[in-house]
Amino acid sequence: MLTKEMMDMLHRGRKNGWLMEPEAKGLFASAALPVPRFAWALDLQESLQSAAAIGYPLVAKVVSPEVIHKSEVGGVAVGIADDRQLRQFYEKVSGLPGFTGLLLEEMAAGIELIVGAKIDYQFGLIILLGIGGTSVEIYGDVAIRMAPLTPSDVHSMLHELKGGQLLSGYRGSAAVNKEKLARVLVDFAELVQDMVPYIESIDLNPLLCSGEGCVIADARIMLGDVFLKTGEADSVFTG
Amino acid sequence: MNLSPLFTPQSVAVIGVSASNDRHPANVIFFKNLLRYPVKTYAVNVKGGAIDGEQVFPSVSAIPDSIDLAVIAVRAEYVPAVLEECIRADVKSAIVISGGFSEVGQDDLQAGLVSIASGAAFPFVGPNCLGIYSPGVVDTFFLPTERMVQPEAGDVAVVSQSGGILVDLLVKFAREGVGISSAISIGNKAYIRELQLLEFLDDDPRTGVIVFYVEGFARNEGRAFVQRAAKCRKPVIVLKAGKTSEGSAAVSSHTASLAGDYRVFASVLAQYGLIEARNELELVSFCEALSCYPDTVIKGRVGIISGSGGHGAMAVDACVGGGLSVPRFTEAVQQSLRNSLSESIRTIASVANPVDLTGSAVENDFIAAVEAFCEIADIDSILLLMLPYLPGISADLGARLSKVYRRHGKPLIAYVPHVEKYRMLIEGFELNRVPVASSIESAVHMTSVLRRCRLC
Repeated sequence: MLTKEMMDMLHRGRKNGWLMEPEAKGLFASAALPVPRFAWALDLQESLQSAAAIGYPLVAKVVSPEVIHKSEVGGVAVGIADDRQLRQFYEKVSGLPGFTGLLLEEMAAGIELIVGAKIDYQFGLIILLGIGGTSVEIYGDVAIRMAPLTPSDVHSMLHELKGGQLLSGYRGSAAVNKEKLARVLVDFAELVQDMVPYIESIDLNPLLCSGEGCVIADARIMLGDVFLKTGEADSVFTG
Repeated sequence: MNLSPLFTPQSVAVIGVSASNDRHPANVIFFKNLLRYPVKTYAVNVKGGAIDGEQVFPSVSAIPDSIDLAVIAVRAEYVPAVLEECIRADVKSAIVISGGFSEVGQDDLQAGLVSIASGAAFPFVGPNCLGIYSPGVVDTFFLPTERMVQPEAGDVAVVSQSGGILVDLLVKFAREGVGISSAISIGNKAYIRELQLLEFLDDDPRTGVIVFYVEGFARNEGRAFVQRAAKCRKPVIVLKAGKTSEGSAAVSSHTASLAGDYRVFASVLAQYGLIEARNELELVSFCEALSCYPDTVIKGRVGIISGSGGHGAMAVDACVGGGLSVPRFTEAVQQSLRNSLSESIRTIASVANPVDLTGSAVENDFIAAVEAFCEIADIDSILLLMLPYLPGISADLGARLSKVYRRHGKPLIAYVPHVEKYRMLIEGFELNRVPVASSIESAVHMTSVLRRCRLC
């Protein structure tokens, strides 16, 4: 079941058609999915304060309902080391269309994966796992399953990926914690099952995975047509 | 809802026969069933009268018999009234051949049919379809029999969204010796859809393999279909058309872009244990293999026997390309295999797998090799590349080798060039339920599907 807080978040997203990163991360955080420590600062003053609370180095990203692909407009800075660099970044992105502040968050490391959800026309909710983060569309190395997912589905998805070896430790790199990755996928699929009447698709991209576990480094929730237009659940999935 | 009257009717009313047009679909359907099928067949036209000396009833209610199946071929606007009358007259089922519904934008007219039928739980197939062909039972296809190529009766059921593709598949089934239990063209699938047919065919004792040609499911419809198919006791094969159309929705997320319609379709089929045939060639091969070996599940370790090194090499390539393995036999196995061969080829045959008996092999060498393969634990299926032009073998070999299969139960798949000259050899296999492929590639498809059939 979605909490009232989650439903409110989805409703707020209707204005733009999608949930921006801090909104999506807020929703996932409230469902106990792993997100980095983050803050949404609306102006420079707030940015500096939040940065002090999180601690340098950190990641800063532009927040704007008009910017879906942040890195394509120079809206992401990784490894900001001090107030001076943060000020510079703020000045650079505050002129972007629809600027609504900065997202500041702790640094995370790991192999870049994508986890996604989509309401498929013929099969309803499907879950995707892929290798590659930002370059995922070049490799197209993804595994797809119809939800709900069992742990053995997740296992077979990992097995299906051509680059699956990367996750088991390759040429000295540490192996990804597959149990925690599987947990994230199963929990994500369970949460999204309740969101089906409201959404079109979700990207967790990248999901950064290491030996320690996984963290959702970026997220976006695209809302469904019926919900956008009417504010109501899509009756195909509720009736 | 009972679908049996659609598939095994005792009595059929063909509604909409024409007094003036012999080629009218209803006339073709009426006469082919009247003359060639063991069903009581009645013609109906509102004007009554007679055609070619056969009485035409003015309505289905006027027929002095209870009707299991009404075949409706009147103009679209009259179909709702005819359907209502069938329900009033206690007809058990219907097939609506007529077009002129959703396929030309007449969604309301089609919705009207569904509402009439669902009120009475009255099963009807179509509209805009050919209906059902069941060898020796009934045939509602409006194609003159002399123009059709009809496969023999067998245990493969085919459900198709396209009538044209279905008729074409029957040609291919007939050519490859695949027998069918029934072929169902569902057209616009307004009421009876894939899911109900899957449920019916799963329980149908005449059907052993279930095939669907699918262009697309309605919104969210595929979900219940694959979930039901996963519980099916029989192999379910799906051929999907429209693999390249990637949906029209604006693609705003990576997931939406990566999870295109066909990619999702193929992944979900595999997840639920359905077998996807990527093209007609695979489909026909899969049907033949699964029809012969419905209960066999192999890991895919193949032993290959041929009379030519080139055939063996090509088969190995195709096997490995298809994810099958061709394990090399141990020295001990090779030695005992060699000892079982006739003296004339004992020193020249290759026995490591693939086994090349050479062009000098005689009939008993093939028998000995297959007998030996049945005992080799490293392999779980046998691919036999028959070269019927070799001087040492006769047309009896097919039947003789089939007996070896029957004794041991290790699946045997043969390749024989499909020309009339070799027909007796081919039938020797096929009539004894050993599948015969018309190409090496198809023989490998037949082998690999035995591995993919997860639940049978």
